[in-house]
Amino acid sequence: MRTTQEDHDATNAYQSLADTVGHDDPRWAFGTGVEDVQAEITSPVPDGVDAADLARYCLMLGDDALICAQRLAEWVSNAPELEEEVALANTALDLLGQARVLLARAGHVEGSGTGTARDEDALAYLRAEPEFRNVALAELPDSLDFGRAIARLLVFSTWRLALLHRLLASRDPVLAAVAGKGVKELAYHRDYAARWTLRLGDGTPESHRRMQAAVDAVWPYVEELFRTSDVERRLVGAGVAVDPADVRAEVDGVLDEVLSRATLTRPTVPPAGTVGGRGGRQGAHTEHLGHVLAELQSLARQHPGASW
Amino acid sequence: MTATLDEQELQGRFEDVIAADQRIEPRDWMPEAYRRTLVRQIAQHAHSEIIGMQPEGNWILRAPSLRRKAILLAKVQDEAGHGMYLYAAAETLGVDRAELTDKLVTGKQKYSSIFNYPALSYADVGVIGWLVDGAAICNQVPLCRCSYGPYARAMIRICKEESFHQRQGYELLLAMVNGTDAQREMVQESTNRFWWPSLMMFGPPDADSPNTSQSMAWGIKRHTNDELRQRFVDMTVPQAEALGITLPDPGLAWNEERGHYDFSEPDWTELQAVISGSGPCNAQRIAHRKRAHDEGEWVREAAAAYARKQESRR
Ligand SMILES: [Fe+2]
Ligand SMILES: [Fe+2]
Repeated sequence: MRTTQEDHDATNAYQSLADTVGHDDPRWAFGTGVEDVQAEITSPVPDGVDAADLARYCLMLGDDALICAQRLAEWVSNAPELEEEVALANTALDLLGQARVLLARAGHVEGSGTGTARDEDALAYLRAEPEFRNVALAELPDSLDFGRAIARLLVFSTWRLALLHRLLASRDPVLAAVAGKGVKELAYHRDYAARWTLRLGDGTPESHRRMQAAVDAVWPYVEELFRTSDVERRLVGAGVAVDPADVRAEVDGVLDEVLSRATLTRPTVPPAGTVGGRGGRQGAHTEHLGHVLAELQSLARQHPGASW
Repeated sequence: MTATLDEQELQGRFEDVIAADQRIEPRDWMPEAYRRTLVRQIAQHAHSEIIGMQPEGNWILRAPSLRRKAILLAKVQDEAGHGMYLYAAAETLGVDRAELTDKLVTGKQKYSSIFNYPALSYADVGVIGWLVDGAAICNQVPLCRCSYGPYARAMIRICKEESFHQRQGYELLLAMVNGTDAQREMVQESTNRFWWPSLMMFGPPDADSPNTSQSMAWGIKRHTNDELRQRFVDMTVPQAEALGITLPDPGLAWNEERGHYDFSEPDWTELQAVISGSGPCNAQRIAHRKRAHDEGEWVREAAAAYARKQESRR
């Protein structure tokens, strides 16, 4: 064998393998771009803010992102083109990153009084359905129909971007930090979904039909996005949260423009009903969430107490 | 200008470039057999990246922590990116991605035999990173100096990411061997399954590898299959020791005289069977890729129709 630069390169790829950093190295804990996140997660609850409310609100936004990321991750190795493989996985990664910070913050804040903080994994893997606080839109299956995936992403990213824009000014430093990073990510997700809505809506007769059907299918779940929960109402007063009802006009405006440019019709279907007035924010979900969690949690629950 | 040069002069120039260890670029004249060999090799490599998403993709939704989910999702996404660079490199040789994808799903072109084995536990995610990405690095680092420029450049970028994948895989295994008994057993069991298929990733023994010498003469290949396999074994044995696991080969022993590890012969009939289509997952992998491709047809058609409309509106 020759000893050249190449041998050097090849061996280098291995040399330090056995000294690979320990698994709690913060560089790998949250990915890149949120360097000071550990410090922020443990920052004190802002004055005058109820810790239980703040924890609950972080769970709402965190669960939206986690469950939507899980749905997007179903597309891995199933996308219509390699560019879409990369874009959908990237979107899932961004949302997963947001979810991790928000769940970690929820766990910290919730445990701050009692000294029994749960970490992101305890919250993601060991809660049951009624303890999840995401909206139904995040958990709906798209059954690997690309039109459905795009319709959900268009609505979800338009709505979440509007929320995060307003959260830039939140008095909670973690919410403000998540918003700061998230608005760039969500702007890209929304742009991606809008471009595909145009292509599919104004593409072939078949794609037009399928995209319209996809928009029709997600539309009953739009109403819930603008329903203000009690927790949100209290936190709006404390300068921490956004009232989702306030973003309705902005979201409607964007969706109307995209749909009309895509030659699609804004659906007039009635909103999905609630369970005695309760929806995702109160822990009342569609039947789909149980299946999402069964898959997400199965391995972690098989090995109680193990760390990975 | 080139019209005045006859075939012999062109061949002479080509050979000079190869002999000087310089790069052939897409516009340069090249022998038809060189072009065909490269298309086949690059396409096979691209297909491997894409099919390779499936075994690990099988665990993304069930990853046991959010951090592991993020790492795995990012890795599998990288593999899609590798596929894209490699198809783009192949396209510089006058073929296109759609045509190559068609050859993959109709079984006319192959992909790495390793991906025809199933990923059955989360330890497989670590072991695939450690052994499969590790073997890929051994195979691919020399390709960074391949005589065909676009392929060599794609490989430089890809090798950096493969090395990161390997470290992440090994780091998962370190966490698992320091975890519960069940986790340690998973690592050993997974290594037992993947060790021999990993050794087979370097291809048949040199004596049964008729194309090697031509590829080496063309600067497409730099080392024989057996040389690379030996390098891989030599690098991996100490890593297995550091993990405290046993490689499933009683014949594995340091040979002071050779300065290398001796190891037993892999079961070449198994490699032949997997290559010729009867591995545990061949049919499943191709059917999955074909379904995803077919179900994406309406989307690709819509994008093309929309682009045409935009063009005509201009
Ligand atoms: Fe790769
Ligand atoms: Fe890789």
